[in-house]
Parts: sequence; C-alpha cells; structure tokens
Amino acid sequence: MKVDWSTFWPRIVESTGETILMVIMTLIFGSILGITIGLLLFVTRTGNILENKIVFTLLNILINIIRPIPFIIFLVAISPLTRAVVGTTIGTWAAIFPMTIAASFGIARVVENNLVSIDSGVIEAAKAMGASPLRIIFTVLIPEALGPLILGLTFVTVSLIDFSAMAGTVGGGGLGHVAMTYGYQRFDGSVMLVTVIILIVLVQIAQWIGNTLSRKIMRR
Amino acid sequence: MIEFRNISKTFKIGNREVNAVNNVSLSIEQGEIFGIIGFSGAGKSTLLRLVNLLENPTSGEIHVKGVNIGSLSQKEVRKLRSGIGMIFQNFNLFGSRTVAGNIAYPLKLAGVPKKEINERVNELLSFVGLTDKAKDFPEQLSGGQKQRVGIARALATSPDILICDEATSALDPDTTGEILRLLKKVNKELGITILLITHEMHVIQEICDRVAVMENGEVIESDSVFNVFTNPTHLTTQRFIQSVQQDRPSATLLEEWRKKGGKHLYRVIFKGEIASDPVLSRVTRKFDVDVNIVYGSVRELQEKLYGNLLVSFVGQEENISSVLSELKQDVTVEEVKVNEG
Ligand SMILES: Nc1ncnc2c1ncn2[C@@H]1O[C@H](COP(=O)(O)OP(=O)(O)O)[C@@H](O)[C@H]1O
Ligand SMILES: [Mg+2]
Repeated sequence: MKVDWSTFWPRIVESTGETILMVIMTLIFGSILGITIGLLLFVTRTGNILENKIVFTLLNILINIIRPIPFIIFLVAISPLTRAVVGTTIGTWAAIFPMTIAASFGIARVVENNLVSIDSGVIEAAKAMGASPLRIIFTVLIPEALGPLILGLTFVTVSLIDFSAMAGTVGGGGLGHVAMTYGYQRFDGSVMLVTVIILIVLVQIAQWIGNTLSRKIMRR
Repeated sequence: MIEFRNISKTFKIGNREVNAVNNVSLSIEQGEIFGIIGFSGAGKSTLLRLVNLLENPTSGEIHVKGVNIGSLSQKEVRKLRSGIGMIFQNFNLFGSRTVAGNIAYPLKLAGVPKKEINERVNELLSFVGLTDKAKDFPEQLSGGQKQRVGIARALATSPDILICDEATSALDPDTTGEILRLLKKVNKELGITILLITHEMHVIQEICDRVAVMENGEVIESDSVFNVFTNPTHLTTQRFIQSVQQDRPSATLLEEWRKKGGKHLYRVIFKGEIASDPVLSRVTRKFDVDVNIVYGSVRELQEKLYGNLLVSFVGQEENISSVLSELKQDVTVEEVKVNEG
C-alpha cells in the first residue's frame, strides 16, 4: 500500500513540531530539576560548602537507581504516575513527563561532574571574601562551569531526540510515532528515510547550537 | 591586631589524626608585616586559614581587632572575612570574569552601588598598575599580573588586614620582587597589617618586620627579622638563613687559603651601628696585627647593617689574643673550624 504524499507531508511537519516540542520542554524542565539536583549533590559532598551526608547519599542512591533503567522500560514503569500527573498516558505531554524525570537525573550527573572540575581554590577565594553558600552557587559555581555545562546539555539534548522517538512508539506522538505506524507497520521505506533524515538534521542543529554557545562562553 | 592564644588544630582523616597546628601563641601588631616561615607541611596554611575561619580551631582562642572570633555568628563571620583580604599561591581568580569583574566581585558582595564600584575598581587598577588590563580575562595574564589582580581584589573592600598564603611561591624571582614591593606599598601607603606565610627566607628578609618559624605545627622561634637573622637559635632557622646568605667560602677557596699557610679562621659578626664603624682596622692597628679578610658580606636588614666576615690574623700570638679579646667587647667573634666545610 502506497503512502499518499499530499496528506503525508503535513503529517510529517506536525510530527516534527511535536518532537521539537517534546525535546525543548523536556530540556527546560529537565534542566531546572537536573541542575538543582546536580548542585545539591555537589554542595552537600564531604568538605563542601553545605556538607550534608544524608542528602548527598539519598540523592546519589536515587540517581544510581533510576539512571541504569532503559528508557523504554522506565516509560512504561512510571505510566501510572504519568496518568496521575498529566491525566493521560497518550500524546506529547504524556511523553514529556517521563522524559523530564529521566533527563533530570542524567543532567544532574553532568552538572555534578562539571562542578567537581572547578578549582576548589576559586570557591575558597569567594568564601574568604565573605560570600554565603547561596551566593557562591549563583555567582561562582554556575558561571565558572557554564561553558562545559552547555556542552553537557547538548549531549543530553541529542539523547532526548532518541528518547522522544521511543516515547513516540508507545503513543507519545512525534516522528517516532510516524516511523512506527508508516515505516514499521506498513513497511514503507521512503517514510523511514524521510524521518531518519529529519532526525539527523535535528541532531546536527542541536549540536551546532550547543557548540556555538559553549565556544562563546569559553572564549575559544 | 591578630592574636593567637594556645591555638591547636587537629585534622581527623578516618581514624588517623594530624596535629597541623600545635599550641601556637602569637601576636601580630597593627601596621606590621609579620612573616611565618616553615618547610612544607609545617602547618603554616592551616594557621593562616584560622584567621578568617576558613578552618575552625580545635582549641584555643583567636582575637582579631580585639574580638574573639570563636563566638561569631555565621553572618558575623562573613563580615569578619570581608574585613580581611586574602591572596593565594595560585591566585584563585574567577576565570569567568574579567579583571575588572574579579575586582568588583567583593564590592558586589558588600552591596556597594554600581557607580561606586566602577570608581573603586579603576582606583584599584591604577594602584596595582593594571589599568590597561581591565577588560582582559585572567587566562590572558602573566603570573605576576594575576597576583596583582588578586591583590586588588583583596583590597577592594578596604580591609585593614591582608593575609597571604605563599603569594610569591608560583612566581619567578623578578616577578616575586615586583609583588613584594607592591605588598610593601600596601603596608606603607594604606597602613594595612600583613600576615604572610612562605617557605622562602628571602621573602622574610625583604619585607617582614617580624618573623615566626614553624615546624611540626609549632612556633619554634619568633622575633624581629633582624634578631632572628643575626642570632638564630634553632637549627631549622639556621638552615633557612643559610639559604639566603652564603656565609662560608667554598671548600676549594678554603683549601687554597690553607695552602698559603692559613691556620686559624675567625667569624666576626657586626650588627647595627657597629657595622659602619671601622672597629676591625682600629683594633688590629693598635696591636700591630694584620687582618686578612677571607670571605664576607655586609647586608641590610630592616634598615640596619649586618656584617658577617671570615678573617684570619697575621702577627705575634699574644697580640692576636689581645686583638680577639678587645674585639669581643664590640662584636661577636668565634673561631671557625676550617675542616667543617
Ligand atoms: N583539610 C585537611 N585535612 C587533613 N589534613 C590536612 C588538611 N589541611 C592540612 N592538613 C595537614 O596538616 C599539615 C599541615 O598542612 P599545611 O598547613 O598545609 O602546611 P604548610 O602550609 O606549612 O605546607 C599537613 O600534614 C597536611 O597534610
Ligand atoms: Mg601551605
């Protein structure tokens, strides 16, 4: 059975829009949550500005439990929670919820790793000038780690495009859904090709934006 | 200005304990440059970091400007810190901020209005001689320039104390001299009390008024730089002093001197006024003895002269004895064992 391209193109445009929406929303919510968790993880480490063994250990364990779960399984596993929060398990917004949760923990690790590489002497200098822990977080930790942090977030964005395709296969909409229904179930090679090309272009654009931004910040 | 009273600091790593600072009592007076010298691991940095409570003492009291800092609330600790400038061996500048941004940082913390910040930053830039570097980032600067920014940043909030953790140890000798002159200027022109730590004796010699020598967490000697240089009591102190003044000729030179018939070698030490007085020639002439200066140096310490000469005498035995006893009334004379090196 042949695809009717005149009705198919609008469908592609719409799906691409859904994928971009899923990725951007996840990136926004996931960054807010992930950066917060990453910062908490860093400042509560032993010897750091807000040392707290309990908070650190709890967060660390939570991340280590959630991160290794394959996304497609995680997606299904938390669907009751998704239904409770979003009201449904089908559609773009229903995909954004599990994607955000999964992305947060990945971003938290990226943030923590970048913060660890900040020279501790710089933090100490700020402390010696009388900066409070909160001040240090916003005026030292974040600005000092921003360049590599953006590279890290770019890396996460690329995997979010991957997540969004998976979410699409289980009713999340977007390009993944198109590829599934047209490409897999009806086995139309040309549809497959079009979606793959669009995904590659999206990844390239995300990578380019990330590289440009981080280069600007790191002045290299 | 800063008073350590029986201060100790113990670090616990697992079940191992390190006594980094051990029962130290020291008093740093207003307006002076006080140096603490010691080998690596002596506990200098730990002692310094206690002054602005980057570390808390395990026991003892520290008084800064008359206040026992052990009883301060967190907010008061931050206030204390903004009144104490600190500079570091590795500069610790913010890589994400320009030179001007680095200097402005403590002013922003203190809530100074933007216009005043700009004025103050310009003033500080010209004080440290970096007006043309305001918009540069730290990575574009040389080590000496970085430390100048560090100093400007530390002075931004007009503290009356500056503490320096090995401020010149990462710099080459020329740049070290520049930074030391700048610190002296900070002390003289702004009247800021400076407490510095170092492992280099020439830093102490060049700018300090008083010095304490630390070893294994303890202060083993503390006095004016002049007294410590001219009369060191501890072996460690003597080693530090020898590192800056070669007070002994090389073995080859001594061998040559002995071949020419030299027997007894004396060290004559002049201190202060006496160094500019021709005591040696006056006394030897009086007893008709010739003096032969084998080796020596005269240096200036805290604007006082300090001479250290190795001499031998040629003349009648008994005349030489008379010369020695008369010299001993004015200066320090001791016989040097030639074979000791
Ligand atoms: N935060 C710390 N935790 C554990 N041990 C420390 C810490 N800081 C310093 N020490 C130990 O205390 C001793 C003195 O160190 P330090 O004050 O840095 O000496 P210095 O500055 O004279 O080289 C060393 O044995 C060092 O290993
Ligand atoms: Mg040190």
